[in-house]
Amino acid sequence: MSSTSVLGGVVRRREDPALIQGGGRYTDDVKLAGTAHVAFVRSPFAHADVLSVDTSAAEAMDGVLAVYTAADVEHLGSLVAQVPVGALRPLLNNGTVKHVGEAVAMVVAEDPYVARDAADAVDVDYDALAAVVDLKHSLSDEMLVHEDMESNTLISWTGPFGADADALAAVKAGIDEQKSRDDVVVVSQEMINQRLIPVPIEPRSVMADYQVGYGRFDVYSSTQIPSALAGAIGKYFGMALNQVTVKAMEVGGGFGCKLNVYNDEVLVAFASKQLGCPVKWTETRREAANSTIQGRGWIATATMTGTTDGEILGFELDGIADMGAYSQNFTVAIPFLGVFVGSGQYSFPTHWKMDCVTTHTMTTDAYRGAGRPEAAYYLERVLDMYARKIGVDPAEVRRKNYISASEFPGAVSPMGFPMDTGDYETNLDAALESAGWSGLLAERDAARAEGRHVGVGIATYVEVCGFGPSGLVDLGFSWAEYQMPSAFNGSSLVRVHPDGSATVSIGTGPSGQGHQTTWAQIVGDGLGMDVDRIRVIHGDTEEAPPSIGTFGSRSAAVDGSACYEATQKVQAKAARIAAHLLEASEDDIEFADGGAHVAGTDSSVGWDEIAKAAYQPHVLPEGMEGGLEAHAIFSPGNATWPFGTHIAMVEVDADTGDVRLLRYIGMDDCGNVISPMIVDGQIHGGIAQGVGQAMFEDAVYDMDGNLLSASLVDYILPTAVDLPSFELGRTVTPTDINPLGVKGIGEAGTIGAAQTVVNAVVDALESLGVTHIDMPLRPQRVWQAIQDAQA
Amino acid sequence: MYPRQFDYVAPSSLDEALAALDANPGAKVLAGGMSLLPMMKMRLLSPDMVVDIGRIGGLGDITDNGDSISIGALVTHSEVAASGLVQDHGAALATAASWTGDRQVRNRGTCCGSMVHADVAADQPVAALALGATMVAASSGGTREIAAADFFVDTLMSALEPGEILTEMRIPKVGAGTGSAYDKLGRRGGHTDYAVAGVAASVTRSNGSVSAATVAVTGVGSRPVLAAGVADALVGSDGSDAAVEAAAAHATAGIDVLEDLYGSVAYKTHLAQVFTARAVKAALAAAG
Repeated sequence: MSSTSVLGGVVRRREDPALIQGGGRYTDDVKLAGTAHVAFVRSPFAHADVLSVDTSAAEAMDGVLAVYTAADVEHLGSLVAQVPVGALRPLLNNGTVKHVGEAVAMVVAEDPYVARDAADAVDVDYDALAAVVDLKHSLSDEMLVHEDMESNTLISWTGPFGADADALAAVKAGIDEQKSRDDVVVVSQEMINQRLIPVPIEPRSVMADYQVGYGRFDVYSSTQIPSALAGAIGKYFGMALNQVTVKAMEVGGGFGCKLNVYNDEVLVAFASKQLGCPVKWTETRREAANSTIQGRGWIATATMTGTTDGEILGFELDGIADMGAYSQNFTVAIPFLGVFVGSGQYSFPTHWKMDCVTTHTMTTDAYRGAGRPEAAYYLERVLDMYARKIGVDPAEVRRKNYISASEFPGAVSPMGFPMDTGDYETNLDAALESAGWSGLLAERDAARAEGRHVGVGIATYVEVCGFGPSGLVDLGFSWAEYQMPSAFNGSSLVRVHPDGSATVSIGTGPSGQGHQTTWAQIVGDGLGMDVDRIRVIHGDTEEAPPSIGTFGSRSAAVDGSACYEATQKVQAKAARIAAHLLEASEDDIEFADGGAHVAGTDSSVGWDEIAKAAYQPHVLPEGMEGGLEAHAIFSPGNATWPFGTHIAMVEVDADTGDVRLLRYIGMDDCGNVISPMIVDGQIHGGIAQGVGQAMFEDAVYDMDGNLLSASLVDYILPTAVDLPSFELGRTVTPTDINPLGVKGIGEAGTIGAAQTVVNAVVDALESLGVTHIDMPLRPQRVWQAIQDAQA
Repeated sequence: MYPRQFDYVAPSSLDEALAALDANPGAKVLAGGMSLLPMMKMRLLSPDMVVDIGRIGGLGDITDNGDSISIGALVTHSEVAASGLVQDHGAALATAASWTGDRQVRNRGTCCGSMVHADVAADQPVAALALGATMVAASSGGTREIAAADFFVDTLMSALEPGEILTEMRIPKVGAGTGSAYDKLGRRGGHTDYAVAGVAASVTRSNGSVSAATVAVTGVGSRPVLAAGVADALVGSDGSDAAVEAAAAHATAGIDVLEDLYGSVAYKTHLAQVFTARAVKAALAAAG
């Protein structure tokens, strides 16, 4: 990085003026002449045989162009999944539907109102069947979700990773052996990590424009993975990748729910090709709840075994994860991500098992954190219960069991994964100092003396993100179904135009992460160019080199590194040009202030002159090719492992169960920071979503498989009103696996927050005998826990 | 979220609006639209015609009638919350209006609209009950007055007849010695969102004892409802904390408490008692 580096400086997000003033263009804003609109006929039953589908009344309505049923699209096959364990989703289902909201038929009409009216006029005769909703019921196999499968259990994930049955049994036996010691306590608790609905502000939307005259597709979609969607469309319709362009316009939030290729995207493309006109569909909120993937949905028993003075001898997790009815993109792989962080920042033996079961509910898949918040929740909740039981400061119990900083580099987690860098104790100390830990506890105790129920909670986390290396494809994590040879590379193209401005094209698919700012900073830093002279193109498969998109906190660490390396290549060539123009040595050239300078002199040349020369081969050094652009692919050698410590203070109204979050302190470590404001913003949003799970959000299914919280009246999201000003700080432990030294930060806040809040609430209610409350900690549940503890 | 097709008219006079309602028995009246439009978009309600009363003059004011205050059909929640007249004579209503919906809803939705919608968990209807409000309904046949106590018939059902428009709500002005208050637990905790349970109370003190009391409960049953047992127990008492808490035990007497996603019967019954005590104490404090 140059001496005038903009990296690490506070730069405002340059995309925000358009986004907050209504100038941003989203998929639903795309207007093409002659566009037809889609409405879906969806099952009102969680499990039912479809006896008949009568489309005649709908087809007879004015303005209806077509009504498609399963027979029309069966030749296309099922919806693709990258980890195809379990049943795959039919594009349309006229057999036995498996969840409320499953698509049965598709209506295409001249306007969306007519489409909706016509969808209501499609007469479907169902024979409703009993549904499997409860996870333990599913695990019992008393009733099968899919009659043609042998078991509802699709796969079981165990840890340590790579351990065979004998090795797992040995870990378990080792922990069990400690339990009989006199100086050992065992704490065990069954806990629910409830299902959540992702709820991006912008619902999913897709528009396909099949151009009959050219035999090609332009597809606009609110997706995190434009290249994967292009690959899938190409595969479904037998078209080369160069005939399918996917453009993700502005994407208003994704959180993982736009990290799928959906059946509606394939169906809209199908309709456009059939009808020869652009076709658009934008989901309603109710569809977003019932028919877009959900997250979490675990029930598990966590057990902590340790000495009475805080030395932990073993952690065990045994539970069931809800996959929903069909496997989509990652579905069964999500709990596997929990294995990576199953032992957190700690060095104690860990035995981990999660059974993944199918149910008659909407599919689960990646939702911000994806397996890691769940794993961290169980670990940090039971660790807190253990600390409480032995009466030792929960911060000190954590400290006592950390993997030491001296073990890096080269640390391998008890779950069997090599970790990049870590310094957990420094981070913990910074968090405790920032919070004023002892003062905070004194403040809590003073409030309690007044009869108030105030609590303080702490939790630490380690996250794993920015996955690599490329060789992981050999473990089955290929994206072959999307025609992506590897999901673990970043890619970037940097081009300097003849006027000295620059464009960076990158294969990410951001949904609010600030890529317009961050990539411009990386390029601007390398080229000494003002960020205003740099255009960023992302989410466009025609413009950007193939990359897998934006998810798993991967963009900065992986694609950002590619962006850095492409910039370095352009800088190297530009330095040769500048040295030639200035008659100086290439080694003395430095880039800053909009051009190249000869170190120690006032000799310089601006980017306009360098670029002009680049496109006039006759003035270039002998043998140099014209042009000034470079492409780079970056393949990381490992994932990155960010970490942090969060602390919350709450007050509970014991008469009503109402919880108020008084303070929230986050101390996160994501290595080097490119843009502090964007990193803070990511942590803000992540904490808000974690608090949302802790206090508000709950995808509630009844025993018939009806989603009772399918509207935003009943699915309660956290808002600014509910949250205090977060107090954020950071420690910086750079990673050694990428040239920027950056780790991911997109999911960290979510991974750290929920258990921090629950730990605080349980602390507040300690004197009333409460030891655990399942999320969300809505007033009724808190009040009921108090009643139960007092009974 | 696409409603079925409907006709839309925006008359400039009340008579035209009433005529439109008479001519279209399936028509619905649109004021702020904060309840009607979501129901139409979810196709829970599909009126043939929407009669927008937003362009009718004279319905947008809070006026002092000498012995009462009138709140016109187009007065928003924000305007009710900010009104000095309402704060002075019906603090329970001002508070309830300030806790209704979010800022956008409060700037658009109307107090009278909230009355007519008669949601089981709305804030303002119980304030109207506690304050002894009178609803003024206009039809092509003239106007009639309906006591708040007779207005909330059942879930999402008011006493308004087809062809009628609620043109104003009147609350009586009060003198020294009378105070009112509203308190609740919202669905997302605190005072935010619909009421899991909410209580409005109006009390009058004279000569050291409670001489009059009206208490109403929202969120717990099928409609906003008077808690007559609480009022009976309060009147004649000394208004001490002990007396208030004893009276609060009657909060759901005679009310069929219903469970929902936010509360069991036991919890809602308990909350009704907690907030009855809190609201009555606050009202007594305001009464001086």
